[in-house]
Amino acid sequence: MKGSRLRAALTPYLLILPGGLWLAIFFVVPMIVMLSLSLQSGNIVDGFAFTWNWRNYLDGIANHHDQMIRSIGYGLAATVITIVVGFPVAYWIAFRGGRRKNMYLLLLLMPFLVSFVLRTISWQFFLADDGVLLGPLKRIGLLPEDFHILATGTAVVLGLAYNFLPFMVLPIYVALERIDPRILEAAADLYANRVQTFLRVVLPLSLPGVFAGVLMTFVPACSDYVNASILGGASNTMIGNVIQNQYLVTQDYPVAAALSFTLMAVLLIGIFAYARALGSEEVLEVTAR
Amino acid sequence: MSDIPPLASPAGLAGDPAVLRGMTRRRVGPGRRDVFRMAGLSALGLALAACGVEGKKAAPPQQSDVEKYWSGKTRNGHVDFASWPLYMDPKLPELKQFTERTGITVNYKEVIQETGSWFAKIQPQLAANQSIGYDLMVITNGIQFTQLVQLGYLVPLDHSKLPNFAKNAGEAYKRQAFDPGNVYSIPYASGITGIAYNPKYVDEPPKSIADLWNPKYKGKVGMLADTQEIGNFGLLLIGVEPEKSTPADWERAAAKLREQRDSGIVRKYYEQNFIDPLGKGDIWLCQAWSGDIFQKNLSDGTDLRFVIPEEGGTIWTDNLVIPKTAANPVDAITLMDFFYEPEIAASLAEYINYITPVPAAQDVIRRHAAEEKGDRRKELEAIADSPLIFPSEEDYARLHNYRSFSNAAEQKQYDTIFQAITTA
Repeated sequence: MKGSRLRAALTPYLLILPGGLWLAIFFVVPMIVMLSLSLQSGNIVDGFAFTWNWRNYLDGIANHHDQMIRSIGYGLAATVITIVVGFPVAYWIAFRGGRRKNMYLLLLLMPFLVSFVLRTISWQFFLADDGVLLGPLKRIGLLPEDFHILATGTAVVLGLAYNFLPFMVLPIYVALERIDPRILEAAADLYANRVQTFLRVVLPLSLPGVFAGVLMTFVPACSDYVNASILGGASNTMIGNVIQNQYLVTQDYPVAAALSFTLMAVLLIGIFAYARALGSEEVLEVTAR
Repeated sequence: MSDIPPLASPAGLAGDPAVLRGMTRRRVGPGRRDVFRMAGLSALGLALAACGVEGKKAAPPQQSDVEKYWSGKTRNGHVDFASWPLYMDPKLPELKQFTERTGITVNYKEVIQETGSWFAKIQPQLAANQSIGYDLMVITNGIQFTQLVQLGYLVPLDHSKLPNFAKNAGEAYKRQAFDPGNVYSIPYASGITGIAYNPKYVDEPPKSIADLWNPKYKGKVGMLADTQEIGNFGLLLIGVEPEKSTPADWERAAAKLREQRDSGIVRKYYEQNFIDPLGKGDIWLCQAWSGDIFQKNLSDGTDLRFVIPEEGGTIWTDNLVIPKTAANPVDAITLMDFFYEPEIAASLAEYINYITPVPAAQDVIRRHAAEEKGDRRKELEAIADSPLIFPSEEDYARLHNYRSFSNAAEQKQYDTIFQAITTA
């Protein structure tokens, strides 16, 4: 009796232990190290020391606000594209997929068996100025000779949208899949036409999925650096590239850390504002689904 | 259910005099929660302050340091060698010969993609005095090379173990500004940064750096992202010798480079992968490294051209160095010296197509050419006669080094100025 009571009391803690330890060691500790780093001053040769050096934040923002704003713009654009492209796909699989639903989902995830970087590089070949797509179009005179997609912001946004598309489709699919068909029948019984059913029943019920999809797309898209470095041009640098540069090339670890924290703060504020606007109080619960 | 203690009724709680006091009187001083909060915050503060990154500037080595390091060290029969992609024939003929002759096995890995990220990878281990898994590595002269030296992460070389280097190295390679007297390094190969172009699209061969500013090539010019590379071209364009440039010169050079970018002439700043877009016609001309152009032409049959601009070009050197935590330094230095045998240097140059630090290799390659027939003969003859692999004295006179920095603040200033160009 006593033993089982003790066990019952301990169970939640034991269950949380592996995840908790994982988070503590690989998330909390590195975060504290980074936060500390962002307030240090010095250089790699003489070492860095903690000095409450808030200038790192001011310098970071002063020198790189353009890239920060651009990243958020690209991230937003890519997210909107993934919703526009992804929603019909998710809708079709959920309601029209029939017996082959699982196969369609597998097809959707198939590109993920190939490395992210490799897929982006293959886009480079596909979109080359004189490549498979643009070459023939230019030859028949549909496009001017100096037209190009690579090395533009458009290419970066398209690359982001392409790479993060499944992260939008899957949560929307899950939300749509949970809709009870009887609800749709009820709507029909109440003389709602297809458009009305979609707008007043399906769409509101899918919003938690869209919300989760936005989180999973927008946040990584804003901090991505692979697409900008492979598909972008001379003026399409994203904040991720700047941070990578500060770490690896300039070795200005404090400014890099400060930029990372600034980006995180901006994204968090954005997400909470978005959650508020959507009226979704239980952000985390929705995302966890 | 009976296990759960009954909840105290609100009335019971309110009846407790301590609670009543707490609810009615203004609090004086910090409450228990505040104390916890403050303790938590100060713990965080302490944790923040404890996370400094250590660095320490090392004093230049004395002759006694060299002896101290090398005394008692012996051959272990193995060496781990970290290098760059395409820096040796994939069949590793030179290393096989080395193993046959000395009995030392070599684990050759092309793991270095970029000096910056390589440095970031090995720095923590070297700082903690741990092995990085390699006894020998190839580091380009430049910012990270200087930092490795300043931090004392490189082994001072024992030149009594480098007889071939003494005998066969070209004079220019024995007095390099970044490591005078070859205290820590001997060259593996050098390269030239100049202008490459694709004659399919460019009718008029570019002659000067200014051609990279020609509005005719709008959106079709590639530049290198490396601050030292791009800085050098900006400085040469405004007629300043990079080695002697001042911060005011950097600003002027940056203004020129910004103008080139903002007028849409530059398509992209490349970290290193400029060669494919140049072959495909995405860019028509670009700032480029000599050997890459040669290799591409040989391997893919392209017809890309390379010129050293009339304002001058940049010469850089990839160096063999031993990290201080190497497990097999004697085997490593034996291999370093082996690369300076003219036969071996020639064999390396025939594959990698960069400047070999062994001038005698030229005759060896000519001899190899005479022994071959057909296309291979032509290839070898082209290599032996190429000014990009065996530059003449006049060529050398037109080549400039990277700007070297006396301290971290100066370097940071330089980097900040030119990084604003490449990461816009």
